[in-house]
Amino acid sequence: MHILESSLNTSSSEFTKNKTQYAEVLEKFKGAVKKIQLGGSEEATKRHKSRGKLTARQRIQELIDPGSEFLEFSSMAANGVYDNQVPAAGVITGIGVVHEAECVIVANDATVKGGTYFPLTVKKHLRSQEIALENGLPCIYLVDSGGAFLPMQDEVFPDKEHFGRIFYNQARMSAEGITQISVVMGSCTAGGAYVPAMSDENVIVKETGTIFLGGPPLVKAATGEEVTSQELGGALVHCEKSGVTDHYALDDNHALEITRDIVFNLNKQGRVSLKTRPIEEPHYDAEELYGVIPSDTKQPYDVKEIITRIVDGSRFHEFKSNYGKTIVTGFAHIWGYPVGIIANNGVLFSESALKATHFVELCDQRGIPLVFLQNITGFMVGKDYENEGIAKHGAKMVMSVSNARVPKFTVVIGGSYGAGNYGMCGRAFQPRQMWMWPNAKISVMGGEQAANVLLTVKMDQLAKKGESLSTAEQATFKQPILDKYEKESSCYYSTARIWDDGVIDPVDTRKVLALGISASLNKAWPKPSKGVYRM
Amino acid sequence: MRRIDKIAIANRGEVAVRIIRACQELGIETVLLHSDVDKNTLAFRLSDETVCIGSAPANESYLNIQANIDGAISLGADAIHPGFGFLSENAAFAEACEKNRLIFIGPSADAIRLFGDKISAKNLVKKAGVPVLPGYNGEDQSLDCLLAQVETIGYPAIVKATAGGGGRGLRIIPNKESAKEAIESAMREGLSAFGSSEVFLEKYLGSAKHIEVQVFVDSSSQGFHLYERECSVQRRHQKIIEEAPAQEVPLKVKQQMYDAAIKIAKEAKYIGAGTVEFLYQDGEFYFLEMNTRLQVEHPVTEMVLGVDLVKAQILTASEQSLLWEKELLSQRGHAIECRIYAEDPYNKGVPSTGKLGYCYFPNGGGRRFEVGFEPGDEITSFYDSMIAKVIVWDENRPRAIQKMKTTLKQTIIFGLKTNIPYLLEILSHNEFVDATMTTQFIEKNYPDSLKKPTSSELESLGELLNQSVSQASESQPGGAALHPSPWVHGWEHL
Repeated sequence: MHILESSLNTSSSEFTKNKTQYAEVLEKFKGAVKKIQLGGSEEATKRHKSRGKLTARQRIQELIDPGSEFLEFSSMAANGVYDNQVPAAGVITGIGVVHEAECVIVANDATVKGGTYFPLTVKKHLRSQEIALENGLPCIYLVDSGGAFLPMQDEVFPDKEHFGRIFYNQARMSAEGITQISVVMGSCTAGGAYVPAMSDENVIVKETGTIFLGGPPLVKAATGEEVTSQELGGALVHCEKSGVTDHYALDDNHALEITRDIVFNLNKQGRVSLKTRPIEEPHYDAEELYGVIPSDTKQPYDVKEIITRIVDGSRFHEFKSNYGKTIVTGFAHIWGYPVGIIANNGVLFSESALKATHFVELCDQRGIPLVFLQNITGFMVGKDYENEGIAKHGAKMVMSVSNARVPKFTVVIGGSYGAGNYGMCGRAFQPRQMWMWPNAKISVMGGEQAANVLLTVKMDQLAKKGESLSTAEQATFKQPILDKYEKESSCYYSTARIWDDGVIDPVDTRKVLALGISASLNKAWPKPSKGVYRM
Repeated sequence: MRRIDKIAIANRGEVAVRIIRACQELGIETVLLHSDVDKNTLAFRLSDETVCIGSAPANESYLNIQANIDGAISLGADAIHPGFGFLSENAAFAEACEKNRLIFIGPSADAIRLFGDKISAKNLVKKAGVPVLPGYNGEDQSLDCLLAQVETIGYPAIVKATAGGGGRGLRIIPNKESAKEAIESAMREGLSAFGSSEVFLEKYLGSAKHIEVQVFVDSSSQGFHLYERECSVQRRHQKIIEEAPAQEVPLKVKQQMYDAAIKIAKEAKYIGAGTVEFLYQDGEFYFLEMNTRLQVEHPVTEMVLGVDLVKAQILTASEQSLLWEKELLSQRGHAIECRIYAEDPYNKGVPSTGKLGYCYFPNGGGRRFEVGFEPGDEITSFYDSMIAKVIVWDENRPRAIQKMKTTLKQTIIFGLKTNIPYLLEILSHNEFVDATMTTQFIEKNYPDSLKKPTSSELESLGELLNQSVSQASESQPGGAALHPSPWVHGWEHL
């Protein structure tokens, strides 16, 4: 397979300018992540540690294989929401390997509001379960939570995608043979008690771990009975009397050791086998990505410059290179795994949509995971395009992407606007994972376009009354719309609301995709039942 | 001159390979005396001839005197090289060789016996005027007498079972109050473990360095001292890192040690290679013991002096003269040896056994690898877990440390866990870097397993982790396991 030659001039002033600008973007991103990773207040962390407990992140490090990666999800969840009081939404989630088995890990951070569940905490927990379900990964819940955040009970308790869904998911996964393990390392009160109660195998830590439906204050209020929390639901009670837990641990480290043993004995076997190749690092340096991404977001550039810095040996077998050139499709390998890559190189025309549809069918047919690199303003508009049926051609792309059964991975490397987001496997199309680069933007359309659309509507209304707006008035009308879009389209806004699985440094794209593909091989996907339609 | 055309090697692993190569250079044929499980080792493949002398447990093969003698005779060997460990310091073996007209490559049975007994060794050393640790090893074993003796030795003192070893039957006596209890319990332990309650007393050194002097007496009874080595980095009396020359010991004291070592060898009418071990603390040194064999760490001496000790042993055994000139034997630069053990550094050093996978030893100037195994060979639990030694030489100590670190980082051993991460930790420890370490170094700084590295530490340890973490991957259906896991790659970023 040929090396995809780069035509990037790394000594050009443009490259340097892009790189310098990106350094600022990255600094902002990394600074924000670093701050969030501290968890709750210094005081809360100190108090937490004084009880002999490890922090949520330490627990994860102790649980996973020494030196292995932890693929964290939505590390910036709830950033800028709830007065910025709930870093990482109070729960750390991700995939890690335990005795080489990929597992989804959900660790409550009790230093953040006592580990209580805010609406976004629930959403993050449910998303990690969804990932576990889709990929067939055992779930390990490191529980240390006070249950629902009561002041917001209406947004966390009753609805379908609220707290109860956690237990429904546990039940459904257990039925599918996806092991559910709870490690009680703090309180599991009320609803929280069901997390271990609904698990297949449980560990509880002496003294710090407790499980009960109602805590001592509630019991006293309800029945007058006076009881200590240990008598009510401590480790001894649950290991000796109630049988809610199975393993008695002396401290956090011991509990995590037992948990590792549990995973060791899961008898989990069989992985989807892909035709892998020897791993080759990309021929071009990933750090050059910083200089490829234009500092001016509207400026077009060749997406192949991105592809060649992500795939094995920079080798790319392009499909239909002379047709529908605003989308690039082709086969490559990432960490030795075969992948089909679909990447935007401009606005989508009917041909581009048909080409992508054809390619998705090929990958589905061959069982090759799909990687979407999104940088899309949307589908082309105008009389000629509508008349040739761009709506139905775009629909074909959406149809094929929705129904393709191979694992799909989406990385938003630039803009993600309008129906382009849909065709390119946006969040609603259930990619196994969806990541954003720190420069990425996502909204129904660009701010300028939205402002112009609304202005045109307004002007039409005024024209009917025989009125009009001066240029200055037009600008005043547009400004709040531009501001709103500017704020809401940023990747920070998106990732805080868990519209994606996280923001990643571009140089980590290859790693994140490799880990995602590896995790996806834990569950077989169905074979397609129809042939490939030439579009 | 005695003619030696064929040497039997009563040993295994890297030292067997070392001896075979020396024989090859001298045009001498070799017979490897091996146990049945050791057919899959490099020495087996290199030796001209081989004889299986018994089954895997050492006392049925490598420690069985008659089996070794019979094996050597059956293929017409003229001499036996015992290597180190096993029968190398067994006087009965040396005698059996003599009786069967086999040349034992080592000192006389009498010399072995003399230094094998702690008390006779100390008496000889005292006679030579070399300081030994203040102590008592008299026949009066009454409690009163022992208590009085401790009092004259001073505190802290140590009480050891005469027949003891390996840390058993050994107690430290910090003060007068605890003396009675310590002596009694050492006697009890000696009786139950070794069948004798006899003990001896010694002054206890808390922060001593282990310094040893290599001596060599050629066939014309000319004695050479080959300078010193420092082996303070020890875990439960097992050396891990050795080096030459020793730092932090004044030249004047070193010279006294050399003289003492030569005197001891002369006094014992010693022949061949031997090592006189001393403890050094606060400007004073004390005789510890004399090893009457080739040492594991002999390569560091070879590197700084430019000599070949194994060849010298063989030449001496055949009564040929060496080409050494005393004035020209001087140390240059610095050499370090690291012993590679197949063990899990993150789990109490539990030995790691199994099939050796792909290995890579990054050769380069001043780097030497003593390896006894090749990919595909089985490392069993029957023997010592040392599978290789890495030795480096450079102009000075800091450079030698740097070279060792670089070499170890680039060394790849798949299939087994190794102590390489542990060695790298030690090489970076400030006490080691400053050369102030004592024999308490490991106990003080690394009482437990290494802590599992965090992901940020991984960046610098990338290659190592691939080697000691991911290698034990089990096979999965569909051959998927053959593909490396991305989870333990040690990715550069984040």
